[in-house]
Amino acid sequence: MRLLRIVPDDTKFDFMRFRRISFPVSALLSILAISLYFFHGLNFGIDFKGGTLIEVQSKSGPADLAKMRSALGSLGLGEVQLQQFGAPNDVLIRIAEQPGGETAQQAAVSKVRAALGDEVDYRRVEVVGPRVSGELLSYGVVGLMLAILAILIYLWFRFEWQFALGAMIANVHDIVLTIGFMSVTQIDFDLTSIAALLTILGYSLNDTVVIYDRIREMLRRYRKLPMPDLLNASVNQTLSRSVITHVTVSLALLALLLFGGQAIHSFTATMMFGVVLVGTYTSVFIASPILIYLGVGTGRDALTAPDRNK
Amino acid sequence: MLYFTRWKAAAILLTAFVACLFAVPNFLPEKMVQSWPKWAQRHVVLGLDLQGGSHILLEVDTNAVRKEKLESLRDDVRRVLRDARVGYTGLVVRGNSVEVRIREGSNFDQAVEKLRELSQPLGGILGSTTGQRSLDVTTEAGSLVRLTVTEPAIVERIRQSVEQSIQIIERRVNELGTVEPLIQRQGTDRILVQVPGLQDPTRLKELLGKTAKLDFRMVDVSMPAEQALQGRMPPDSEILYSATPPKTPYLVEKRILVSGGDLTDAQPGFDQRTNEPIVSFRFNTSGARKFAQVTQENVGKPFAIILDNQVISAPVIREPILGGSGQISGSFTVESANDLAILLRAGALPAPLTIIEERTVGPGLGQDSIAKGKTSSYVGAAMVIAFMLATYGLFGLFANIAVAINVAMIFGILSLLNATLTLPGIAGIVLTVGIAVDSNVLIYERIREEVRGGRTPINAIDAGFSRALATILDSNITTFIAAAVLFYIGTGPVRGFAVTLGIGIITTVFTAFTLTRLIVAYWVRWRRPQRVPI
Repeated sequence: MRLLRIVPDDTKFDFMRFRRISFPVSALLSILAISLYFFHGLNFGIDFKGGTLIEVQSKSGPADLAKMRSALGSLGLGEVQLQQFGAPNDVLIRIAEQPGGETAQQAAVSKVRAALGDEVDYRRVEVVGPRVSGELLSYGVVGLMLAILAILIYLWFRFEWQFALGAMIANVHDIVLTIGFMSVTQIDFDLTSIAALLTILGYSLNDTVVIYDRIREMLRRYRKLPMPDLLNASVNQTLSRSVITHVTVSLALLALLLFGGQAIHSFTATMMFGVVLVGTYTSVFIASPILIYLGVGTGRDALTAPDRNK
Repeated sequence: MLYFTRWKAAAILLTAFVACLFAVPNFLPEKMVQSWPKWAQRHVVLGLDLQGGSHILLEVDTNAVRKEKLESLRDDVRRVLRDARVGYTGLVVRGNSVEVRIREGSNFDQAVEKLRELSQPLGGILGSTTGQRSLDVTTEAGSLVRLTVTEPAIVERIRQSVEQSIQIIERRVNELGTVEPLIQRQGTDRILVQVPGLQDPTRLKELLGKTAKLDFRMVDVSMPAEQALQGRMPPDSEILYSATPPKTPYLVEKRILVSGGDLTDAQPGFDQRTNEPIVSFRFNTSGARKFAQVTQENVGKPFAIILDNQVISAPVIREPILGGSGQISGSFTVESANDLAILLRAGALPAPLTIIEERTVGPGLGQDSIAKGKTSSYVGAAMVIAFMLATYGLFGLFANIAVAINVAMIFGILSLLNATLTLPGIAGIVLTVGIAVDSNVLIYERIREEVRGGRTPINAIDAGFSRALATILDSNITTFIAAAVLFYIGTGPVRGFAVTLGIGIITTVFTAFTLTRLIVAYWVRWRRPQRVPI
């Protein structure tokens, strides 16, 4: 049986040359993502914004959105969003946080139940009060920072500080771009999004560490090889593994995306973008070449020095 | 790398086997598992998002606790001064303190001495004293005494309130007849209530939202309530409204004759004459004595039955009630009479509770999620298996076996921990399959490289393993750190994801270091390969 070879043996792509394109492009994309975050914003879910989310299923065929909208619009609950959710008889109702503290949120749910009556099944009701939403958001942000810090410290122990810093820059780049993606698509940004971001962080680092491991090995083995050549060789040698791994992870994610249902749809979509698109690109085109600028291996040999000013 | 001592190989296989064994109860019918010893019954618990149910986070109203503490301190001060026959003016609650001005001519020092006795040492852990006291007593200008409740005393009081509330909530929730409700404290002033399988939490929320403070008080008949509303309120009375519309005002005395704390039992029933739903109750001995005395003295006058500051009914005492039992009739439905009986039996909450978070999943959605989780896992696994076979052939088969054992081990460990499986948790397992495959890919690619580098097959396999394992460890530890942080900050479903991801990483590293290596080692010993088939 002939085995599948996606990447031929002994590839010799000059990945390092791309840094003159990839760095400006990444910088531009990052700036774009940050401005998207500030000017377009994220679609905060109720976890962070507070409010009510109700998923109902119409008992008799496709849901009549217009009728439900008018029934709920007259309740005086402020902004009420209705959205078809998966199947045509599933509707997601979002109600903005009610003024008047914690008890007002519960009152809103009772009103909706009274207005929609027995025509629908209540598949899911989530109410997050103002106090909890504030805490969840700060937990999420603190958690993300903590994770980056912890990983940074670990890498610092295992490698040299330049590697830790390089991985960290790559990391932040991943997260910034993913947040940009979330802003463009207006995917619900909730607790599971934080979970997605953390997983992307873990995966992308996983990838970066595999390449860094190889770079470290090459640094020990080839003392005279110029830095760009050494980095190129390292990325090329691990290329087959990177591609195969990403195909398998994509296959797993694709299954979740297609068959996992609406509840984890935004989670898997974000993961797909973060892990498959950004994570791979970052470890090859950002995390590795940045080591040149951070001065890895400069002390080894005079040969590498001129390259930095080229 | 390819040599295993006999006992080491046995230990590896045994570990994997035992871990997989723990997964077995999940796949057998519940009836069969129930006859097993307790330790073998451990199984994965489905999260509320998969089996349906309600998650409700309650917050104890700490301001009410504070206020109540201060008011009871004010009453204590009044009692102490009265008992000591000390004249005083201006007894007020101000901020976290109670202030009182001792009248001139009274023995100021003696009064302060008496008031100081109210301050008690605060107990530390195991009854040791912490040196802190419940009150700071200060004096000013020779007449003012200020008693400040210390912060530790308030914190202790809040802690007690939460503990008490948990007990009362347990009693109330258990009356609903639900399966395995979880009630636990969260943080300093919060209580988490999780009730699996509950479809409509409206009733649960009603039971949780009521303080259920029941008072029996006299109706003040010195003037009509309307007149009192216009501003000539007698000092020892207040206006309360009826619980059911139309909102009728009642002028009732502030003095409590008997309170709900004196009840021993409450049952729903029907009035024999009118056939209306009622709640009948029985007092304990001291409650019965007090109630008998009051009803004897006030025949022909109305009294009010008050629940959470709302008047349920205000009947006229026709005859003294000496038997220590009675009945409440208001405009009850069968269900509301039943609920009131539950609330009265369970007792009053020490402070009001507020629902600050609610997440309810209906059983239909839960089943759909399980089905979707299954489908996506099977499809994902099938695609990955096929891809690995196509890419690595026989070694792909080895990898698939290792990954299958890996997943079985995850279920085993989840069962052992009685961990909760959520929908994101299933996603975590699917992703683990991705990571587990990656560890094999790292090894195989390294072997390929070593073969290209000119090593003999056995040499190449050996070197491939030893070099790849270091990388696998490094790359998995970083992902594990992310999972650990996620576990720490996450709640509910997200935590479920962190748990499966974290356990998945551990089993992945284990299988990569032991099982995969063992399988390949046996294959090498058996076939003595001339070339590596990858």
